[in-house]
Amino acid sequence: MPRSTPEIPNASMADIAFLMLIFFLVTTTIANDRGLSIQLPPIPPPNQEDVKIPEHNMFKIQINSSDALLVEGNPLSDISGLKEDIKKFVLNRGFDPLSSDSPEKAIVSYKTDRGTSHRKFIEILDIIQGAYYDIYADQAGVTNKRFREAASDLTDPANKQIYDKGRAGIPMSVSIAEPTKVGN
Amino acid sequence: MSKFKKKAVVKQDIPTSSMPDVVFMLLFFFMVTTELRETAIDVQQRIPEATQLRKLLRKSLVTNLYIGEPKKTEQFGKEAKIQADDVFIEPKDIVLWVNRQKDLLQENERDQLTVAMKVDNEAKRGIIADVESELRKANARKILYTTMNKKEEVR
Repeated sequence: MPRSTPEIPNASMADIAFLMLIFFLVTTTIANDRGLSIQLPPIPPPNQEDVKIPEHNMFKIQINSSDALLVEGNPLSDISGLKEDIKKFVLNRGFDPLSSDSPEKAIVSYKTDRGTSHRKFIEILDIIQGAYYDIYADQAGVTNKRFREAASDLTDPANKQIYDKGRAGIPMSVSIAEPTKVGN
Repeated sequence: MSKFKKKAVVKQDIPTSSMPDVVFMLLFFFMVTTELRETAIDVQQRIPEATQLRKLLRKSLVTNLYIGEPKKTEQFGKEAKIQADDVFIEPKDIVLWVNRQKDLLQENERDQLTVAMKVDNEAKRGIIADVESELRKANARKILYTTMNKKEEVR
């Protein structure tokens, strides 16, 4: 007796797959865990005295409540040169007496107002961090992108080496001050 | 003349037999990358752009705070709010919230907790600074301002 071989019809397989594909396409949200990473300072002990920092070791950036910029006391509207200015300030090494003594002592002071928008805050923080990453990358002899990749994953010894070489002697001293209270 | 009358006999069908394979491949890609969201975000999220991004590798150590203007302004007002998990919280609740998040982690990893702040473009620094000072009190000092990748200009 001839037996019919049992077979599952597979013509509709593509349709089923399409249906599932569309479901996942619609529900998917690719996790975005990228951004500007900072480390907040610890709470100082209550009876700690303020440390006086010489004026010339500070690079002051201030933003007011209407997102206008004040750099080293001067209003600045064109921010394209800011990154180079920060790099020059950090790497001054006492060359110009009005600029930083050494990269260790250089501090970028970043102060905003309570009414400053987050967009502006990120835009300037991006420039400050970019200046430091450029310096690190140059010192480690890699590209800026490669250095940031290395800094993201320090478990790999090769990355750790790049990171340590880049950061040697140059801490990222960005002080984000408590905002002033004009806006909001 | 007969030379030119010859018609090329070319099959014009696109072979469809491999279509299921292609579709399956796409399907698997999305199945693997997908992350079903368990919380609905109730605040505006127009994420700012930046160039100097760092990537967080250990997803389990990351916890999210959403800050922005509420989507339902008629119910919650226009003032920016903080959303943690699926509720709005006040800055004073943050210490408690951080401690709860830390309890979910292994004991030796608790100090590595990173708070990813997903802040709307138009949110003001004031509320973010309040959150930051609470995070300092809670000793959760690793922070990531989530941003999109801006195309970097060629140096």
